[in-house]
Amino acid sequence: MKNKKIDKAAKKPKSNKPGSLPYVWSRIRQRPLAMTGLIFVLAIFVLSFISPYILKYSWETIEMKARYQTPSLTHLLGTDELGRDELARILYGAKYTISIGFISTGVSAILGIIIGSIAGYFGGKVDNLIMRCLDVFQAFPGILLAIAISAVLGPGFTKVIIAMGISGLAGYARMMRANILSIRSSEYVEAATSINCTTGRIILRHIIPNAISPLIVQMAMGIASAGLQASALSFLGFGVQAPTPEWGSMLSSARSFIRDYPHMCVIPGIFIMLTVLSFNLVGDAIRDALDPKLRD
Amino acid sequence: MWKYVGKRLLQMIPILVVVAILIFTLMYFVPGDPIQILLGDSATPVQIEEARARLGLDEPYVVRLKDFVVDLCHFDFGESYMTGTNVGRELITRFPNTLILALFCVAVSLVFGIPIGIHCALRADKLPDRVWLFVTMLCSSMPNFWLALMLVLLFSLRLGWLPSNGIGGWKYFVLPIIANSIGSVAGIARQTRSSMLETIRSDFVTTARSKGLSEKAVILKHALPNALIPIITIAGGHFGFMLGGTTVIESVFSIPGIGNYMLTGINNRDYPVVQGGIIYIAFAFAIMMLITDLVYAFVDPRIKAQYISGKKK
Repeated sequence: MKNKKIDKAAKKPKSNKPGSLPYVWSRIRQRPLAMTGLIFVLAIFVLSFISPYILKYSWETIEMKARYQTPSLTHLLGTDELGRDELARILYGAKYTISIGFISTGVSAILGIIIGSIAGYFGGKVDNLIMRCLDVFQAFPGILLAIAISAVLGPGFTKVIIAMGISGLAGYARMMRANILSIRSSEYVEAATSINCTTGRIILRHIIPNAISPLIVQMAMGIASAGLQASALSFLGFGVQAPTPEWGSMLSSARSFIRDYPHMCVIPGIFIMLTVLSFNLVGDAIRDALDPKLRD
Repeated sequence: MWKYVGKRLLQMIPILVVVAILIFTLMYFVPGDPIQILLGDSATPVQIEEARARLGLDEPYVVRLKDFVVDLCHFDFGESYMTGTNVGRELITRFPNTLILALFCVAVSLVFGIPIGIHCALRADKLPDRVWLFVTMLCSSMPNFWLALMLVLLFSLRLGWLPSNGIGGWKYFVLPIIANSIGSVAGIARQTRSSMLETIRSDFVTTARSKGLSEKAVILKHALPNALIPIITIAGGHFGFMLGGTTVIESVFSIPGIGNYMLTGINNRDYPVVQGGIIYIAFAFAIMMLITDLVYAFVDPRIKAQYISGKKK
């Protein structure tokens, strides 16, 4: 087993070094919990797209005779206040929760990286101005900013993503700036400057790739909390709205029936929890693989 | 140190003012008309115009912004469009609820999180550690509003032990605090674990052990104080997170706090309410960050030394 690994390393000396993608993948594969999480998210995401074709009930068919049913063989997860099949709704809604988590983290990270890079690289007045703006962004909790922005934009899938993307960017920008500051004074950047590279090239080719790795860990962990935040926004009525079965908004409408039909409340929450847990497990594995402090 | 506190308090002012301008601008662009909500569909155009002029909503953006900032400098948050009550006074009566909730949540997460973290760090990679790691991860994956609903279901509806909403005594705060702090307990526990692990490996801990100190003394006197610094940073951040989290929790438990007030404010397009609420929360957050920085000095003698040398200058 060990020999095989050394062989592989010898054949591809570059790709399997610590920090590279194949290395991270091999570390994730070693952890059964992380793999379970990954498989769960992928499975539920794929099911979300094919469920309308394989399930007996559609997520939007209203069947007043079959209201408020508890889980049974005909309706595996029961039905809601309009007799819609919970399983079909949960699966159909999975893609919203998962993709909002992913895309909004991506948006935050990309915006944060751009802003942080500019602040870190140019320094001086630009840096000062950007940092003061970030101070304002971070002066109150992110979810309130997300609420305020989605109040401006109105409800909807893309609008939630924009709202959460903007409200989350400050953390990434700060981190990126700190990384850049430590890299800016390094010798290879000096070398690149000395052979007359353009500023854009130095930032894109030399600084960003080196500054980004701690951010990847941050992003991996961020997807989980973005998923939670997205469902909280929909729960409060600012995210994806009612007829769409986003899990948070399902919970929000099921809330009025908690006394008599608790299953409608329990089930979407369990799915949110399992999905976020999966993201956390995978993120944890990625962090262990990438964080040199933890690597023994 | 007082000089430092003063400086930090002064730095807070411009940030709060910009926060106010930012939130004012956001609210200016919120679609929907407070007048429509206030007067309903049956209002005549004349009534609408009259109400608009009375609330100053017919002025252009710049004039309204100027009025808002000037009022703010006199600590006047304006009047609610919907109820006509003074927003500043409403906020003061509601603020303690939010603050109690957030502070207790941070306290709970420290009181439970740190021992769990130490427990795990001392048994790193053994079975109890793995179990706790999984449990904490599960806890931080639970949406707080869902946990709140589940707690209500179990303790209020099924068992009838605790009230499910409103305020009126310590009983009313138990469920909200549990619901809001579980995720944070988990976060603090994990942070304590990793930071303890790092300290336990350092040389001075080995020295303390080799000079024959009891394990308890090594952990509590030598390792823990050094491991606390990153935990304090996290705890300060968690307070902000709690202030946000209380917004959701307050709405689940219908607690009359600032978060709940702001949510109704946003839904009713009641801009002064939202603006005032955000400023209160930003202020509480900034003060808490300042306290966090000061706590460092008590925990870390190196930072304390910096304050003292700064004072001499």
